[in-house]
Amino acid sequence: MMPALRTEGLAKAFTLHLQGGTHIPVLEGVDLAVHPGECVALWGPSGAGKSTLMRCLYGNYGAGAGRILLRHRGADLDLVTADPRLVIEARRETIGYVSQFLRVIPRVATRDIVAEPMIARGVPKDDALASATALLNRLNLPERLHGLPPATFSGGEQQRVNLARGFAPGYPVLLLDEPTASLDAANRAIVISLINEAKAQGAAIVGIFHDAEVREAVADRLFDVLPIQDAA
Amino acid sequence: MSTMEGYNFAYLDEATKRMIRRAILKAVAIPGHQIPFGAREMPLPYGWGTGGIQVTASILGPQDTLKVIDQGSDDTTNAISIRRFFRRVAGVATTEHTAEASIIQTRHRIPERPLREDQIIVYQVPQPEPLFRLEPRRAETKRLHALADYGLMHVRLYEDIARLGHIAKAYDYPVMVNGRYLMSPSPIPAFDNPKMDRMPALQLFGAGREKRIYAIPPYTEVRSLDFEDHPFRPIRAPHACALCRSTDTYLDEVITDDAGGRIFVCSDTDFCAERQAAAAPKEAAE
Amino acid sequence: MSAPLLAAEGLTLRFGAIPALLDVAIDIAEGEVVAIVGESGSGKTTLLRVLSGMIAPDAGTVRWLGQDVHAMGEAARRRLMRTEWGFVHQNPRDGLRLAVSAGGNVGERLMAVGARHYGKIRAEALSWLARVEIDAARIDDLPRTFSGGMQQRLQIARTLVTRPRLVFMDEPTGGLDVSVQARLLDLIRSLSRELGLAVLIVTHDIAAARLLADRILVMRRGRVVEQGLTDRVLDDPQHPYTQLLVSSVLAA
Repeated sequence: MMPALRTEGLAKAFTLHLQGGTHIPVLEGVDLAVHPGECVALWGPSGAGKSTLMRCLYGNYGAGAGRILLRHRGADLDLVTADPRLVIEARRETIGYVSQFLRVIPRVATRDIVAEPMIARGVPKDDALASATALLNRLNLPERLHGLPPATFSGGEQQRVNLARGFAPGYPVLLLDEPTASLDAANRAIVISLINEAKAQGAAIVGIFHDAEVREAVADRLFDVLPIQDAA
Repeated sequence: MSTMEGYNFAYLDEATKRMIRRAILKAVAIPGHQIPFGAREMPLPYGWGTGGIQVTASILGPQDTLKVIDQGSDDTTNAISIRRFFRRVAGVATTEHTAEASIIQTRHRIPERPLREDQIIVYQVPQPEPLFRLEPRRAETKRLHALADYGLMHVRLYEDIARLGHIAKAYDYPVMVNGRYLMSPSPIPAFDNPKMDRMPALQLFGAGREKRIYAIPPYTEVRSLDFEDHPFRPIRAPHACALCRSTDTYLDEVITDDAGGRIFVCSDTDFCAERQAAAAPKEAAE
Repeated sequence: MSAPLLAAEGLTLRFGAIPALLDVAIDIAEGEVVAIVGESGSGKTTLLRVLSGMIAPDAGTVRWLGQDVHAMGEAARRRLMRTEWGFVHQNPRDGLRLAVSAGGNVGERLMAVGARHYGKIRAEALSWLARVEIDAARIDDLPRTFSGGMQQRLQIARTLVTRPRLVFMDEPTGGLDVSVQARLLDLIRSLSRELGLAVLIVTHDIAAARLLADRILVMRRGRVVEQGLTDRVLDDPQHPYTQLLVSSVLAA
C-alpha cells in the first residue's frame, strides 16, 4: 500500500538574520512514511524538533532540503515545492492539523468554527452544523457555549474546539500536536476513541503525544526524532 | 421699423455667426452633446437670454418671422426686449402667433401648439450641464458624458423618491437624447418634456454665460429619466384654465387680490387667446 | 488550478529618481485572498493602483483574464471598475458620496449598470446594509452621520453590491479603532468566502493579513522580497526584512 504521507531526506534549519545570521539546523535526513490506518507517534526529547517536523509536514514551515510527499487527489504532491494554492487545496481536502493552541477568529461562533472546514469541503451548511454540534457534544462542550466565540473559553475548552475542528471533516491525513495536553481523563478517553475511529476509517495519523497513556492507546509505532549533535 | 444704422444684420458680425453656425452644425450632428462656443458680449446681461439670442442671430434670415416667449408669454419684459432687439438690428417680422413663426426663441416653455418641420425653437439655457449639482468637477462631468456613465443622475432621482416618495424635479427635468447623451432641457416644466420627443421642429439650445450650444434634430427620441416603478409623469395644476377652459395645458397661478383670491390660466398666452377667440362666436351665438 | 483572474509581471515604476516598483510580478486567482504587506513607502499602495489601472507602469503588464488592463480604453476600464472589480479605499470618504444617503450609495453601482426599478434597488440596498450590519432604519441617512467603522462597512456594501469578482482593498481598517477593526476584518473574511471573491488587500497589519489572506507578498523599497503561503511566510520567514517585520509585531 502507498504511504499517505512520506518524507525523503527532509532537512530544516533556521537562519536568524536578526541575530547576525545564526544558523540553527533542526532536522536532517528525515525519512518518515505513514500509511492509511496507521498512527505514528513522534518520539524524542523536547527541543529535538518534533513540532518543527509536524509544521513542515503541514507546509507551515518550509523545508531546506528533501521532499514531503502527500497523497492528494490520487497523486503525490510535494509540499516543499508546491504552489501555495495547491497547498491550500490539500489542506482543505486531504490533510488536517490539530495544534496545541486555537488560533482564535474574532466574533465567529464555536459551532461555525467547527463547521467551516466541512463547508469548505462542500458539505451542505445544515449538515455541517449538525455534525459540528454532535462532535462538540461528544467532547462534552456544553451546548450553551456552541453559539459563542471561543476567545474567552478555558484552555481545555479551546482545545476541544480545536479537536472538533480537526476531526470533523475526516481528513485522510491528520497531524496531532499534543491533542490532549489540557484535557482531563474523561476527555482524554474520548480523544483516544476519536483517533482510533479515524484510523479504522483509514486515516493516516502523525502525532506528538507526551501523555504515555494516550500514546500507548493509539500509536502503532514510534518514530525517533533526535537532536542534531553537531550543530554548527 | 427700419434697421438700425451701424450694425451688421442681426447684430453679430458674420465671422461670429459662422463660428456659432459651426457649433450648431456639430451640435445637430451629435444630439444632446454640449458644444463649446465663443460667446460674445451682448447688449443684455447674462441670464437674460444671451445664449439664445446669439443662436437666433446666427440662424436668422431676412425672410424669417420671429416669436419670443418668456414663461409662455409674449408680453413680458424679457420677451418684448428681445423681440424689439431683433426688429431693430435685423428688421425681421415678428409675431405673437406660434403658427406664424419660423423661429421661436423661448425661456422656460414650449408652446402648446405642436411645432412643425419648417420651424426652429431656440431655448435660452442658464446651466447646460445636467450633472452640475451632482459632480462639481467640469472635467469629470465631461468624462461621465464621454463614457455615458449616468448612474449618478439616477442616484439623484433615487434620493428624491427615498426622501419625498416621488421624483421632485418639476422643471429642468433631465432627459436622454437619442439614447446616448444626458441633457438638460433648460428650465422648462417637466410637463413640456414629452413635447421634445420626436418633435418635427429643430430644437437648439444656447447658454451664453456657460458658452455651450446643444441641439436636438427633428424626430429625435427624447426620454425623461425615470424608474420602472416610478415612471415619469408630466405634472400640471389640476384645474381648467380660467380663461379658455383648457384642461390639458400648462397653467400659471395668478393672484387676483389681497384676500387670497387666485385663478389658474394658460401659461401659453397665444394658445389661450386663440382658444378664447374660437369659443367666442359660439358664445355670442348662444 | 484555474488560470489567474489578474496577472501582472515586470511592473516597474519610478517617481523621478525614486523607484516605487521594481520588476514586480503578482497574480490572483478566483476566490483567493492575497495580502500585500510592507511598511509605509514600500510601494504596496502604488502596486495596488497600478494593478487596478489607476496609474500606468513604466514597464510591465497587468492582465485581466488575459486582457491588457493598461491597453484597454478608459471606458472599458471604468466599466470593469463598476462591474467585475471593486475598490475599497482606506478613507471611506474617498469611496462614498457623503451627500447621498446610505441607500443611494449602495444603489449607485446598480443604477450605473442599468438597474431602473426603484423598489428592487432599495430592497437590494436593504439586504446589503443588513449583511454589513447597518441598521435598516439608517438607509436614508447621510454617511457623514455614521461612525468611521460604519462608513467603512457602507463602502464595502457599496462595492460588493454588483458582485465583483475581484476587490482591491487599500488598508481598509486603517483609521479605525482596534475593536472596530476586528469586526470589519471578520466581515471581509466571511463575505469573501461566501461570495467566492478574490481580494487583493494592502495592509501593514500583519495580524489582519494572517486572518484574511491565503497568500502574502512582502514588499520593501518597491520589490517583492518574499511571498508564499501566508502562515509559512509569517511563521517561517526567510528574508531578513520579513523576519524583522514579523518580530516587530506586538503579540496581543
